[in-house]
Amino acid sequence: MKSSRRNFLKIAGITALGVGARPAIDTIAAVGGRGPTEPEPILKQNEKALTAKQWAMVVDTRKIKSEKDVAPLYEACHKIHNVPDMPIKRHEIKWIWPEQFHHAFPDLHSEFLSEKIHHTTFPVLCNHCENPPCVRVCPTKATFKRESDGVVVMDYHRCIGCRFCLAACPYGARSFNFFDPREHIKEINLKFARRTKGVVEKCNFCVERLAEGIEPACVEASKGILTFGDLYDPESEVRKLIAENFTIRRKIHLGTSPAVYYIV
Amino acid sequence: MPNNSKGMYNKNLVIAGIVIFVILAAFPFWFNVVKSAPAPEVVLTEKAKAAKECVRSKEYMTTDHMVLLDVWRDSVVRDAKRTYVNPKGVEFNMSLSNTCLDCHSNKTEFCDRCHDYASVSPYCWDCHIDNPQGGIE
Ligand code: SF4
Ligand code: SF4
Ligand code: SF4
Repeated sequence: MKSSRRNFLKIAGITALGVGARPAIDTIAAVGGRGPTEPEPILKQNEKALTAKQWAMVVDTRKIKSEKDVAPLYEACHKIHNVPDMPIKRHEIKWIWPEQFHHAFPDLHSEFLSEKIHHTTFPVLCNHCENPPCVRVCPTKATFKRESDGVVVMDYHRCIGCRFCLAACPYGARSFNFFDPREHIKEINLKFARRTKGVVEKCNFCVERLAEGIEPACVEASKGILTFGDLYDPESEVRKLIAENFTIRRKIHLGTSPAVYYIV
Repeated sequence: MPNNSKGMYNKNLVIAGIVIFVILAAFPFWFNVVKSAPAPEVVLTEKAKAAKECVRSKEYMTTDHMVLLDVWRDSVVRDAKRTYVNPKGVEFNMSLSNTCLDCHSNKTEFCDRCHDYASVSPYCWDCHIDNPQGGIE
């Protein structure tokens, strides 16, 4: 191994050159990069935003006298969120809709019901479950439970349309866009985005309104039928209503812990 | 062997072949040198001109607007943070439709020109409305 010494010196030389060049490379990189003096931008919550540990809703069904009392809720929600009005029933997209007692509460249904309950339609929507099965099955985290306030949010950018969540949600709260929804939006709200074919959508508890410090649109349109508030604030309106009245929730035996309560 | 050895080792033919190959392979490069489309010019609306500076510097926006929008998207959708405070301390509502396109309400002359030139087709506008002010779909 005659040449080993020679090789060693060669390698050592090249290494020394590399180490020596380091400061020069660093300088070049710094000049090429963005000004190191600029402070980092800050991302923060809106100051006027409404906040909670877990948003919840109470539906006072005693106040629903006829279909007319609840129709404005559906209209308000679907209008501001650019929810399409699909011509064929099985392609329907819905965020909040009327349901009869035996569909909304099949486990509480019995053959003979009070006339009143029998004839009332119950507004149903995503329950923003505390233990949401839709979130567990979503392979892309397109559906997630927002840590800041417990809203089960959809990130439409990530949804791949696999529909696992449709199968997992026991409340039918999710709709899939089998067709391009954009052609079927009656009156477009220019402040809110639309969805495309191939994604799932559902009620978002009006996160865009909460960020502006206002209550959900359906609550606003409900004339007191719906109440919105923080489930973990004992002073909140929803907690007071729950404390003073007997309430039911949909299919609680499944362990999803829905955050929408119904006074019957 | 003796027969095709002449063909295999004909120096002139081989070199001519290589030259032709290089010219053909480099076609996109010299074609563009001869005839390249001029870089597009983006048009600023009066409102954008009046604002003087965008959310970040012009240079940053030119090269990194897609990064900024990506950060905005995740922040708004996933972290419920909708206010952006730029390095100068100015606050912005992180919204493509309601902030960016409020000033740049001329998508065809502002966004599309460059995107077409660079041959990228972002699908933002499949969902996001391109001009909340003018109300043109
Ligand atoms: S109601 Fe359905 S969609 Fe909404 S959080 Fe519960 S499981 Fe998910
Ligand atoms: S359809 Fe979309 S939201 Fe639902 S599970 Fe699949 S990726 Fe998640
Ligand atoms: S909370 Fe908002 S998104 Fe949900 S049903 Fe009511 S209006 Fe629609």
